[in-house]
Amino acid sequence: MSFQQQEKKSQEFLSINRIVDVPYNYNAGYYVSQYLKALKEDRRILGVKCPNCGKVYVPPRVVCSQCFVKNTEFVPVSDRGVVTAYTLVIVPYTNPNTGEPKKLPFTCAYIRLDGSNSNIMHCLEEQDPKKLRTGMRVQAVFSEHRTGDHFTDIKHFRTIEE
Amino acid sequence: MGTRTAVVGVGQTHHRSKNPECSGHELIAIAVRRALESAGLTMKDIDAIVVGNMDHFESINYVDMWSVLGFGGYMKPVLKVTTGGTTGSAVGHASFYHVASGLFEVVLAIGWEQNSESDTTAAIVTHCEPLIERDFYGGAIGGLASQYSAYMDLYGATEEDAALVSVRDRGNAALYNPYAHLRKAVTLEEVMISPYIAYPLRLLHMCPRTDGACAVIYAAENRAKKISSRPAWVLGVGSSHGATYLGDAINWPGLPSLEKAAQDAYRMAGIRDPFEQIDVAEMYLPAATAGVSWMESMGFCEKGGGPGLIHSGVTNMNGKLPINPSGGVIATNCIGATGLIRIGEAALQVMGKAEKRQVPEAKLAVATGFGGCFWSDVTVLSSQMDIG
Amino acid sequence: MEKVAIVGVAQTPYQRNSPSSHDELAFEVTTKALKDAGLSIEDIDNTVTCTNDFWDGRTISCMTITDATGSSRVPTTNVEGDGTYGVLMGMMRILSGHFRTTLVVSQSKGSIGIPGLITNAIFDPLHERILGLDAINSAALQAREYMSKYGITEAQCARVSVKNHKNAKNNPYAQLPLDITVEDVLRSRMLADPIKLLDTSPISDGACAVILTGESGARKGPKKPVWVKGVGHCSDTYHLGDRDLSDVGVLQAAAKKAYAMAGIQNPAKEIHLAEVYDAFSYMELMWTEGLGLCDRGEGGTLIESGRTEMGGSLPVNPSGGVLSAHPVLVAGLARIAEAVLQLRGEADARQVQGAKVALAHGIEGACGQGHCVFVLES
Repeated sequence: MSFQQQEKKSQEFLSINRIVDVPYNYNAGYYVSQYLKALKEDRRILGVKCPNCGKVYVPPRVVCSQCFVKNTEFVPVSDRGVVTAYTLVIVPYTNPNTGEPKKLPFTCAYIRLDGSNSNIMHCLEEQDPKKLRTGMRVQAVFSEHRTGDHFTDIKHFRTIEE
Repeated sequence: MGTRTAVVGVGQTHHRSKNPECSGHELIAIAVRRALESAGLTMKDIDAIVVGNMDHFESINYVDMWSVLGFGGYMKPVLKVTTGGTTGSAVGHASFYHVASGLFEVVLAIGWEQNSESDTTAAIVTHCEPLIERDFYGGAIGGLASQYSAYMDLYGATEEDAALVSVRDRGNAALYNPYAHLRKAVTLEEVMISPYIAYPLRLLHMCPRTDGACAVIYAAENRAKKISSRPAWVLGVGSSHGATYLGDAINWPGLPSLEKAAQDAYRMAGIRDPFEQIDVAEMYLPAATAGVSWMESMGFCEKGGGPGLIHSGVTNMNGKLPINPSGGVIATNCIGATGLIRIGEAALQVMGKAEKRQVPEAKLAVATGFGGCFWSDVTVLSSQMDIG
Repeated sequence: MEKVAIVGVAQTPYQRNSPSSHDELAFEVTTKALKDAGLSIEDIDNTVTCTNDFWDGRTISCMTITDATGSSRVPTTNVEGDGTYGVLMGMMRILSGHFRTTLVVSQSKGSIGIPGLITNAIFDPLHERILGLDAINSAALQAREYMSKYGITEAQCARVSVKNHKNAKNNPYAQLPLDITVEDVLRSRMLADPIKLLDTSPISDGACAVILTGESGARKGPKKPVWVKGVGHCSDTYHLGDRDLSDVGVLQAAAKKAYAMAGIQNPAKEIHLAEVYDAFSYMELMWTEGLGLCDRGEGGTLIESGRTEMGGSLPVNPSGGVLSAHPVLVAGLARIAEAVLQLRGEADARQVQGAKVALAHGIEGACGQGHCVFVLES
């Protein structure tokens, strides 16, 4: 189709703009509530330990997916760990949690904290692709003012030499 | 024991990045009409419909009910299946089970998506856990990117290896598939100078975002034999949804869910040597890098054998095991339909109806679906009711 | 059709603003249903989840409960529709010969979102949503059409609320056990004429799980198996204006299929109890007509006859129904769970004596655009 034909088509057929805006009040549930409270009150990061296989999961959740056993023991994990995966996000999109454009760029990272068997998602302070690599050690930087929000109580993870 | 089931008709839209002249209903209608025509059937012959898409791309709640206008399903049984990126293949599997159960004889599977209607990334981002993951999720790309960089570290695979997959699939779409969204071939050089989206993934390694619909008709043995002279028998189905939290899935080497699903499907179908026995594969590769690192999960090569397989040329159209004659997902990605398109394309191959993209004498095909938290579905189709 | 039975059921108590998260609710019913069936998670070879992205505020909402329902261990799929459709899917997977035992789980937390906005999204984005249609006012349109056509009164509808909230007093899972009168219902706050607060189901959180298996497995379990004898589903067209909202032909078609499969010729006589999806009081009257438990237009007469009360010849919603607890998607599955408890003789104070054949019914979309009907037998 030629450009002129395309233009004509988009004038013949309408495209209507609508916003779907549905607010949600998510329940953290018991396990994530403990996690968020520990972040806010103690600057501590909690995981749960499976009573069967001993794996530690962060964030805490009700069941060990491997054993299908209920997790009951909360264990603190270190605020330091290793980056297992990362990406520098540059493509713009709307943050569905806020409805605002996402502030870019940011480094999305999966971090395996010392003492944990699973990876937690957060962002890194480092944004230079030349300095990012899997295996680098990082440490959580907590915010002074904390509200029980994983995204803001931990400001980001900074690179550490170890 | 269940009813033997076959695919007897396939229809799809000419997929585009934006279809201003079509509403979602109209896209569905086009795919359904083409599927019915291909099988010589009308809606009267359809006993039940299974439909799927991902809600938040179009923001319609209860799409099963809404979609009735698209396929003319008044007074028909309808049900919706949705599992993220694997929706298309899950819809295919659900339709298969409708027929294999013996409760329905002819079932219409519909997958569709109008990705142009919304902010695709924002919609995808809402699949993350809202309190722990969502604010930092950068899109589907991050996980795929880091998986490939791990594969590169482990086996010495390169970005060029992945670029060859782009060249292959985009080339197939350009030469052979009028329905594909992106129909311009790319060269190795073009891929390698395209900008990084997330190291080591480049722009031309990635799938597009597409509007499109696909419809596939499943029929029970007695009906299938009357409807088609060469139905595509469903010999095996496998499915594996491995994790809830993305953080649990990220460190897996290869794609364990694909390996598990493929093994289950192969076993059911009686395939012992997938590389030797399978004639053609339609694989859900969301990025060209997957086309290197997931080959071993399909049993097509040894661990780490992906690059060698791609370089050997056996997966090209004139090779021993062509992969993605349709151009695959890198050429077309209307998410709710994509997995079903793989099944439809694989079925067309063994039915001998794949037109210009026909692999000569294809008798045994495999179709895969991918999505969600690194989940996989696999379907094995054959022109024979049993393989030797 | 080969025999498929329900061998395990579990529900959470339904409530508004449950502090539990989706996966915690799902895990609770999964483990309880397994215990009820005398099975362990290793005995489950496939699962079906029923979740809805809009209600959960999450795309790929089934991902939330993958681990909690054991769905990461076995082949699984997600039906985005009422729990009755999930059980149909679970049943078909067994009948295909590929699986032996299916776990079907549904969870929903209506409290976390705004139901009016979530149900507004059911309607056409271009020219219906802007009118502010949602579940309640669209139901009001249907109620008005139905009542006008057949001369059904608000008092007759109110009797459904009185009956069901009273029945709920004997159901430990129900959210709203209430002692109310017809007067109380008629005087309650008008939401959308003619639907008043006490004609309406509540906003609920909760989960339900059901375990299905083939004949050989069913006979080995610790509890009496409840057999699925018949099932049917059917859908009307989409736009409200294209439908005759007072017509129950779609439900009739779904029920007809289920009855034919089950060999039931006279449902009004052969069914011992029915759990129907009464999201609003008038709906129970309409659905009893569509299910053939009375003639068209006779829903009001039926409720006045007392036959559908506890102690009557055909109790409807001994559990208290959806009016007493409405976790969306879960509610249809709960109808099946309740029917199973009845047929097993485990319904305690709400037991229908001598019940051997039961109906369980679920709806989908606005004003019951889709219906799914099950005939169960012990």
